[in-house]
Parts: sequence; C-alpha cells; structure tokens
Amino acid sequence: MTHQHPALTAEQKKELSDIAQRIVAPGKGILAADESVGSMAKRLNQIGVENTEENRRLYRQILFSADSRVKKCIGGVIFFHETMYQKADDGTPFVQMIKDKGIVVGIKVDKGVVPLAGTDGETTTQGLDGLWERCAQYKKDGADFAKWRCVLKISEHTPSALAIMENANVLARYASICQQNGIVPIVEPEILPDGDHDLKRCQYVTEKVLAAVYKALSDHHIYLEGTLLKPNMVTPGHSCPTKYSPEEIAMATVTALRRTVPPAVPGVTFLSGGQSEEEASINLNAINTCPLVRPWALTFSYGRALQASALSAWRGQKDNAEAATEEFVKRAEVMAVALLG
Amino acid sequence: MTHQFPALSPEQKKALADIAQRIVASGKGILAADESVGTMGNRLQRINVENTEENRRAFREVLFSSDTSINQSIGGVIFFHETLYQKDSSGKPFPAVIKEKGIVVGIKLDKGTAPLAGTNGETTIQGLDGLAERCAQYKKDGADFAKWRAVLKITSTTPSQLAIQENANTLARYASICQQHGLVPIVEPEILPDGDHDLQRCQYVTEKVLAAVYKALNDHHVYLEGTLLKPNMVTAGHACSRKYTPQDVAIATVTTLLRTVPAAVPGICFLSGGQSEEEASLNLNAMNQCPLPKPWKLTFSYGRALQASALAAWLGKSENKKAAQEAFRKRAQINSLACRGQYVQSGKNDAAAMQSLFTASYTY
Repeated sequence: MTHQHPALTAEQKKELSDIAQRIVAPGKGILAADESVGSMAKRLNQIGVENTEENRRLYRQILFSADSRVKKCIGGVIFFHETMYQKADDGTPFVQMIKDKGIVVGIKVDKGVVPLAGTDGETTTQGLDGLWERCAQYKKDGADFAKWRCVLKISEHTPSALAIMENANVLARYASICQQNGIVPIVEPEILPDGDHDLKRCQYVTEKVLAAVYKALSDHHIYLEGTLLKPNMVTPGHSCPTKYSPEEIAMATVTALRRTVPPAVPGVTFLSGGQSEEEASINLNAINTCPLVRPWALTFSYGRALQASALSAWRGQKDNAEAATEEFVKRAEVMAVALLG
Repeated sequence: MTHQFPALSPEQKKALADIAQRIVASGKGILAADESVGTMGNRLQRINVENTEENRRAFREVLFSSDTSINQSIGGVIFFHETLYQKDSSGKPFPAVIKEKGIVVGIKLDKGTAPLAGTNGETTIQGLDGLAERCAQYKKDGADFAKWRAVLKITSTTPSQLAIQENANTLARYASICQQHGLVPIVEPEILPDGDHDLQRCQYVTEKVLAAVYKALNDHHVYLEGTLLKPNMVTAGHACSRKYTPQDVAIATVTTLLRTVPAAVPGICFLSGGQSEEEASLNLNAMNQCPLPKPWKLTFSYGRALQASALAAWLGKSENKKAAQEAFRKRAQINSLACRGQYVQSGKNDAAAMQSLFTASYTY
C-alpha cells in the first residue's frame, strides 16, 4: 500500500486522457449502438423486422451514414462485437466510417449478467476471462474506448452489500485491463429504474453504489482522468406514484455525483434507462442548468433515446433509409442542444 | 444498505453547511490555536518563556485581541479545551472575544494517538468515548466546529492497510458524532513529512489515504457539505535530497485532491506540517494559481505557520503585544492573499518567517 508500482507510463496516461476528452468534448455525447443480438431482436420485433445479421447491418448503416452534422454532437459510438467487423453497402468498414467523421470508436466488452448465489436475485457481470487479449485486438481493430455494464436493483432488501461490492470490483478489474491496452473504460453501474421507490431512495442507493465504485477504482490503481462514468440519472422508480420535475431529478442527480465522483473524472455520460427520447433530453438539459458546481462534463450515452425515431421511420424498408438517417441526425442535434443548458 | 435512515434533518444539514461556508468564505482560513499543554511547552521554550497556564493564556490573548479586521483573513479559530474556558484581561471569555469578531469558534476533540499493535510503530487516535456528551457541551459553550487529527507516516513499510483503514474509520465516527450535535467536523488525516521519500511517493500515499477517508465518511453516512478537510500538502519528505518548487507541490497536491475529494466538500484547509511561514504561504498561493480546476475552496488551517513570527516578537513581554499582533496580522493577510492566488512575495523576509518549523514525528 505504500509503494507505487506505476500501472501506466506518462505517455499511456496522456493517450487515455486525450481519448476521454475527445469523447466528451463540449457539446458532444455518445451513441450507444452496442445492442447485443438478443436486444436487437426486441428492437426489430417492435417494427416487424426479422432479426437477421443483414438487417442488423442495414440498421446500423442507417445510423452510421449520418452526415457531418453529427460530428458536432457525437463524440463516440459504442459498437457490439459483430458490428465492429461489418461493412457498408460500398464495402467501407463501419469502424472506418465512424473514424472518418472524427468520432471515437468504442466496444462493449462485458458478457452479460450471471446470478450471485445467496442473494435476492442479484447479479454480477462476466467477461474478465481473456479480456486482456480481447482488448489488445479491439485496439488494433480501431477501438479506443470500451463499455461494461453492471446492474443493480432497488427492492426491499437490495442492493445488498455483496452485490455492490462485487459489481464495483468487477468494474475496477475491467477498467484496469482496458487501460493497460490503451482503451478508455466507460464504467457503467446501472441501478435499474424498476420499482415503486421514490427519488430519495434512488439518490441514497446511487450515492452508496458510486462511493463503492470509486473506492474500488482507487484500490485497483485506475487512472481516473482516463475513464468515463455511465450512471443512471437519479429518478423515482417506474411505478412510483409521486411525480417529480426535471429540476428535482437534476438536483438529486447532481448532488449524488458531487458527493461521490471525484472531479478528476472528465465526463459523466448518462444512460437513458428506458426514458423516452423527450424525457431523456429534458432531464439532461435540467442537469446542465442545475445551479450546483459541476466539475465534470455531463452528457449522454444514449441507445434507445437516440434511435427510437430512426427505428420507427425505417421499418426495415430500404426506401425509408434516408428519412430514418435524418431522424437520427435530428435527434442527435436536439440532444446536443440539451447539453448547453 | 438499501434504506436510508436519515442521520440529519434538512434544518440540521443547512446549519452545518452554513457554518462550513462561513469558515472558508472567500479569502479566509483558520487559525489553529489548539496546541496542547505539552506542545505549547515546546513553543514557549523556544522563546524562553515558562509554560504556565497564565503564559498560555497571555499568548492566546495577544492573538485573540487583534483588531476586528483580522476577520477578513480568519474565518475560524481552533481552541484547545483549556483555552475555551479562559478569559481575556477584561474578564471576557475567549469564545466571546472571537465570536464578536464574526469568527467561528472550533474545538480540538481528539485525545492523542494510541499504538496499533502488530504494526511498524503506527497509531490510531483515541477520543471517541463520551464524545457525544462532550460535543453537546462544547456546542453550548460556543463551539460550532471541531478538529480531530489522525496521523500516518511514510516509510518502506508504512502506512499499512490497517493503519489507513483504522484511522479513516475513527475519523468517520468522530465526524458522525459531531454532526449529530451541530458541530462541523474538520477531518484531518495527516501524513507526516518525516522521511526521505520523494514527491511522487507522497502523492501516491495521499491518494490512497484520502480515498479510504471518503469511503469511510460515506459508509458512516456523513453529510459532506457540512464537513471540511484538513490534509497535508503533497510534498517530498523533509530529508529528501531533491528539491521541488511551489508549482510542483501545487500540481501534485491539487491532482491528488481532484482524484479523491468529492466536489460536495466546501473547503480544504491545509495543515502547514512544519513548513516555514513563508513556504506555507507560497505553496498555498501556487495552488490557487495553478491551472487545474478547483471545485472546493483551498485555504489554510495553520498553527505554527501563522504564529511563529508573533511568538518571536512577543517573547513573553506585554510591551511587545502590539508588535506581536502586527506580525500575526501580516501573516494572516498574506495567507488570505494566497487563498486567492494573489500573494506576491516581496524581496525581504525576516528570519522567523523563513525558519523551518519542522519537528520530527510531530505530535500536538
């Protein structure tokens, strides 16, 4: 505990910090396009489209064909493994298309949740085996950041101390391995919005979870300036009878972050967690106008909230592709405006 | 872990946050005048003055009877127990003297170090017994904040995991009890400057210690907006052969704080840890000038580094009172400027200001 065995050289630190800064540069956020095959099934099902590899490719092509307008609002795109190696109709690799727009390429590296025995249905996240080699390969193949999602749930007896500690630890191990391979880790400790708990309860739990996450990152010698955080906003549970204004959500969220997230973290990129496109941008705007001092960038890492309109405009029809792309660009621009407060 | 049992009401939180803000209001810092009887002995011995209760009272009176304008630079004064119940020559209790100047009264609460068996000479801090009752009484008697000093040391084998975790835990228990009684806890995890380690080593250890402290405060449900931090600056050990500039110290210190201290903490009041008066001011100034972001106030909580010149001017003689007060006022003002990054060092500095105030293995 007393002697440092530096995990990273000064050059490695600079590279990581530069990547992180580029992703959350003023006015920019992240497009989370890393839905797994299973998640894409749900999305495509909703618009009556078959879940084939080709359809998934066509759909991502719609997003990635966005013109240079998105350069100002999108700092990074998170890919799923399959998508990293797909190409556009003209043969251009998707990774190339994104990089050519000056946007940073990211990769989802976790392998989903597994149960924690002896708990009330809680989970940890797997994916550490061979992660070093996978990171090295993804870096070669164009990725400069990664994402790993842990999941916690609020109920009468959860999250338990074990779930908080185990998920924080696994996030820290993932972050450590990423940084060793020149990849900025996005740390995502999602507390699900399921339940009827109120805003205060969510704030309390979020503070406990984030404190544990940052202690684990410190214990694992993570270079904070070369990381990003992807948390839930502090909101009431979905079935909570009390309604809260965006300002209340903003105040609760920023307060929780101010109490737990060291200022050295360059950016906080919120997940949308089932909020509508509208809600997600209104809340993000309120967060950016909240009167408390906010030492990190506060931006978005949205999946559904950026893609819903594009998806329903497309409906799987080639003729709708351009209109769908336009929907996405418009959504991205609106989201970026929310950042200005 | 899932349900909150609120430790404080909104009114209690507001009262604590307001006190903390007042102490570290712009350009203000803390006079640490809480030297124990033994420590005052060391101070008075240096100027050949006998360590009697009256002499201790007389010196504190010199400081406390400074002109009211001292409140531009001093937001809080930390008292030792004996001093809280002493009076000035007109019979006015010292807490009242300080409060009338609009300065917040604080009280040192810890009861010194106790050894941690099985470690390489490491310690924890005692003082938790009956602390709730003591806090309640001190609050009645005029105190609005408190201080508790934990001590860690850098050697080839320390600080150990146990020392870090045990000291963080007692700091959190102390903070929790203070807040329950309306006292803002100043959390002081001092890493001694003894040793020949370099700046990087101190930075590494300080980051680990502060991360543990803030995890413990979170575990103990402490309201951060109603606390202050009193850390060491990140410096090389006293016996380190390499010299560093105030800018080196500033960057290392602020980087460490950015990595560990949540923005909700209103102020960070550095201890001077044996630095000379001038060093302590230059380093504080460099921190407030450095280009890194600073979401908390960066100010001072100095004992030796505010009093050395005053002590040297006083020499135990009442006819020197004005000169001593002027020396104190000057130092306070310099540090106030340093809080704003506006201190410009003049050409000359007297011997007392430049003298290192380092004492090995410093205990109060």
